Amino acid sequence: MQQLSDYRNRGSKPTKTGFGEGLLEAGTRDHRVICLGADITTSVGCNFFAEAFPKRFISLGIAEQNCIGVAAGLALEGKIPVFSTYGVFAALRAADQIRVSVCYNDLHVVIGGAHAGVSVGPDGATHQALEDIAMMRVLPGMTVLSPCDATQAKLATVAAIEQCRGPVYIRFGREAMPDFTTTEMGVEPGKSQLLLAGKDLTIIATGHLVWEALEAAKILEQEGIGARVINMHTIKPVDADAIILAAKETGYIITAEEHQVTGGLGSAVAEVVVQNFPVPMKMIGMPDHFGESGEPRQLMKKYGLTAECIAEAGRRKK
Amino acid sequence: MPATKTADPQQLRHIAAEIRKSVVTSLAEAGSGHLGGSLGLSDIFTALYFSALSHQPDNPTWPGRDRLILSIGHVAPVLYATLAHAGYFPVEELTTLRKLGSRLQGHPGRDHGLPGIELSAGSLGQGLSVAVGMALAAKLDNKSHRIYTIHGDGELQEGSIWESAMAASHHNLDNLIAIVDRNGVQIDGFTEDVMKLEPLGAKWESFGWRVLHCDGNNMEHLLETLSRASESINKPTVIIAKTVMGKGIRDIEGDYRWHGKVPTKEQVPGFLEQIDSGQ
Ligand SMILES: [Mg+2]
Repeated sequence: MQQLSDYRNRGSKPTKTGFGEGLLEAGTRDHRVICLGADITTSVGCNFFAEAFPKRFISLGIAEQNCIGVAAGLALEGKIPVFSTYGVFAALRAADQIRVSVCYNDLHVVIGGAHAGVSVGPDGATHQALEDIAMMRVLPGMTVLSPCDATQAKLATVAAIEQCRGPVYIRFGREAMPDFTTTEMGVEPGKSQLLLAGKDLTIIATGHLVWEALEAAKILEQEGIGARVINMHTIKPVDADAIILAAKETGYIITAEEHQVTGGLGSAVAEVVVQNFPVPMKMIGMPDHFGESGEPRQLMKKYGLTAECIAEAGRRKK
Repeated sequence: MPATKTADPQQLRHIAAEIRKSVVTSLAEAGSGHLGGSLGLSDIFTALYFSALSHQPDNPTWPGRDRLILSIGHVAPVLYATLAHAGYFPVEELTTLRKLGSRLQGHPGRDHGLPGIELSAGSLGQGLSVAVGMALAAKLDNKSHRIYTIHGDGELQEGSIWESAMAASHHNLDNLIAIVDRNGVQIDGFTEDVMKLEPLGAKWESFGWRVLHCDGNNMEHLLETLSRASESINKPTVIIAKTVMGKGIRDIEGDYRWHGKVPTKEQVPGFLEQIDSGQ
């Protein structure tokens, strides 16, 4: 089992870049992969693909609802469409198109949701995706991926395109964040990763907050509390076995996500816990509030999304 | 095996009458659904499936087929009746419309396995986008089949329609033919009172489409317009087909209250008789 000291930041990188690299890799292997553009190609990581395969990059302008419908049409004809835009516009503006044209038709369409969380920073509330997981995970048949760093984002994107079937939503952020996982760790959609094997409590985190969870475990370790850390890179289907085991073996679960505290990872974990092995939980996320402008770090601190906040929740066990 | 087709308007009118009668009986059996629009579209569906479309009822997923996307899922009864009469499934199955376990869902659902359904749809304004995706795929693969879509006029009030209209002309999708059922009415009344659509042809034209007008209840006119639409001019084509809601049954023709209504079982014989005598 890995030790805390095994996880170190090999250099900060945006998860958006990992998505772009994964798209390029899958697109190189499979000519059925088509990328749709809604004007913000570079800022959502699609520029690598667009430059390498201009014929398979289709510009559709600032029209997200149409983009989703076009993706459905391409998928019906056997293509593998990938449409990436800011998570707020993908998951909310085009929600009905995703529900009917994509999910009800059970089509393999990969939807990238960029600018996840308050860590987008200065752009402020309109562009910070904080409700996308909730919106996407209630849709029948939808897979929801939320990789924790750039290395994992690349692997998860390849898996979304090549391994998953049906609709997939994959969220990622804009800011350079610690890149600490390895390609060897792999990503199996639906199977969480046990990063630390503590016995006193469990921190289940997703996206950028997985690194914060490891930092929190470091703080708690110094105080004699052994935290188990689980990277829940797939929010749907959620890894129920790992959650139930954590509830049984550690008796207390903290969830941490850059998303509204309702409807996201915390809710997904709670749904498993209450129906199988009820234990106390603490959910860390955006407290039913919109974001605002500020530096990413300042915002994460203001809204309680840091290692210190997770550690504080851990101390409450005693 | 290719579909049985004809260019004889008189024969097509006879088929349209049979389709109308199936629409009436299946909706009366179902007890709910949309009669008016389904009847108004019967001539268009007949002209498509019995003349214009290249398709194989016994091989519904034949790759070379022309695709038809029904964007207004609520007129599913006319699609189902047409598919049944064209040989996709037994006509007897039409009586299962809207019932639990039926392949004939209230709005078309591919998940229920009815042959000939290209898209599960019913939320307005989405079909044209999907058709744009299919037309783009055909271009990428150098395929020559066409994509047809059917829209309501009220549906054109959805903003997403115009997003896809813009995209279709931007990408020169001359393999895309959209048909608008211009019956002038929607649930709340006349389209021009609810939300004005005119000048409708000019709107499409300004979006870069070729615009053809026709009488959507006149078989000769329909055949001629569909044939003109298939001559490529490097642009998508829209056919604005003027129709009468409830067409074929004198008692209800033009009455928008029949948009979402069905006949009672007692009304059925009279309605069928009017369809027969109106041919
Ligand atoms: Mg109408």
